[in-house]
Amino acid sequence: MKCDQLSIFLENRAGRLAEVTRLLSEAKVNIRALSLADTSDFGILRLIVSDFETAQKVLKDAGFTVGKTTVVAVVVDDQPGGLHTLLDMLRDASINVEYMYAFVQQSGNNAVIIFRFDRTEQAIELLSGKNIKMIPSEELCKL
Amino acid sequence: MIFDIDKETMPREELEKLQLKRLKQLCEKVYANVPFYTKKFKELGIEPKDIKSLSDLSKLPFTEKQDLRNHYPFGLFAVSRENIVRIHSSSGTTGKATVVGYTKRDIKNWADMMARSFAIAGATPADSIHNAYGYGLFTGGLGVHYGAEALGATIIPMSGGATRRQIMVIKDFGATVLCCTPSYALYLYETGKEMGIDFRELPLKTGIFGAEPWTESMRREIEDKLNIKALDIYGLSEIMGPGVAMECAEAQDGLHIMEDHFLPEIINPETGDPVEPGEVGELVITTLTKEGIPLIRYRTRDLTKLNYTPCRCGRTLARMQRVTGRSDDMLIIRGVNVFPSQIESILVETEGLSPHYLLEIHRDGNLDILTVKVEVAGNTFSDEIKNLQTLERKIQRNIKEFLGVTARIKLVEPKSIERSAGKAKRIIDLRNENQ
Ligand SMILES: [Zn+2]
Repeated sequence: MKCDQLSIFLENRAGRLAEVTRLLSEAKVNIRALSLADTSDFGILRLIVSDFETAQKVLKDAGFTVGKTTVVAVVVDDQPGGLHTLLDMLRDASINVEYMYAFVQQSGNNAVIIFRFDRTEQAIELLSGKNIKMIPSEELCKL
Repeated sequence: MIFDIDKETMPREELEKLQLKRLKQLCEKVYANVPFYTKKFKELGIEPKDIKSLSDLSKLPFTEKQDLRNHYPFGLFAVSRENIVRIHSSSGTTGKATVVGYTKRDIKNWADMMARSFAIAGATPADSIHNAYGYGLFTGGLGVHYGAEALGATIIPMSGGATRRQIMVIKDFGATVLCCTPSYALYLYETGKEMGIDFRELPLKTGIFGAEPWTESMRREIEDKLNIKALDIYGLSEIMGPGVAMECAEAQDGLHIMEDHFLPEIINPETGDPVEPGEVGELVITTLTKEGIPLIRYRTRDLTKLNYTPCRCGRTLARMQRVTGRSDDMLIIRGVNVFPSQIESILVETEGLSPHYLLEIHRDGNLDILTVKVEVAGNTFSDEIKNLQTLERKIQRNIKEFLGVTARIKLVEPKSIERSAGKAKRIIDLRNENQ
């Protein structure tokens, strides 16, 4: 149920984000989900891509600092309170969400949210136990 | 083992008496025999009899490397040429070479101080000392050589170069002590690995490393890879050569200065005034016993600090901290002296960073702003903002704590700081641009 996410360290300089998207597009890698967290000086770009290995290689070769983080793609009921119920569950189990962001595409009528947990294994176990759907890595890239 | 127990464990009060006696003799000698000093004393309106206590040292003139160059080759010698038994010279990487001469007694004193140094490192007459310092005009080779003999150890006079042969000799002759530069020690290890020789299996137990700056992390790397104790030795040809100060095996916390022969001071390189006790500044040395070319308050340009607390090895000789840089590179930020090498050592010790950094100083109103740009290291990169911000705060805290100056920390992408083949450009000072 775990997915590999690319994390890229970016200085807040004009054109750095565009440089990443250019490299990926030239390597024919699709960006499936994206989030950018930033401060006044630097940012971290997080990506779920169609081809992790290729993306990692082209970015590294171009001199970017690239990290690999394990995240979980969770299907959330597209109805009021859907996300809230999920977060409550996690809180009760003392699992922290380091960050989360929405997947570009939906899975049927449901939203897909990418989570980074402080305790990934326990989170997967908990969610499986509660019959919450998670999307495996291979499937996620095809969405 | 302590080679010269009287001198090395002398109570401070007694040592200071000896230093003062020798300082007075030195002033008489240079005033009478070295025209350069006669002139300097007269310019300052002082005479040798004005030196009544060690604190009068600050009345004496400084001697700079340039003074030796200006009197090239033998102009600062204090004895006639027939009393000189050996000449050494430092290579002139940044100008004309400096030349020094030794009398018979200077050579004897030097050998004794090097023998002390070996004993400080834990060596005994039973040891075999492999000497990979170059033999020749450079003081490293011969300095180590005669010290090992004075100790009564076995010297293996290998000199530099021919790395594969060095390794065979180290292995076949069973060296227990290695003398070379710290970077050459790592090179020996790498080459040994290629030859299928594991240094960890050899009887080598101690490394005495000097002649170039190194860091604590390099020490750990050498100790780990070669399975030895790595110790720092200090010396410079203008003062004598290796053996001016030596780090003891017991404490591995600073280098014992041969204070009965050399009187150390730490000064602010800008003002020439002594710094507060324990503060970092430029090391200045007065040679108390040298005959060939005695020097008064020689400015080494090396940055360090002194520790007078008694050492667990039993020696009372003051300890100088590992040299952290050159005073030529000093910056003054909001009145605080900052040396790039000090910031470098903080960055090197911090996980998650590469050793590539740049210091930018600009002025905002009347305030100097120091920005430290440092590249994040690819392999330990965290993808959480809060972790990177914690890293920035940690660097900032360490700089504040060790240097007393607040810096802005800016993490930058790898390879974004310009690399140069020669001396890296580490400082951009923009303070005079917008005035
Ligand atoms: Zn000691």
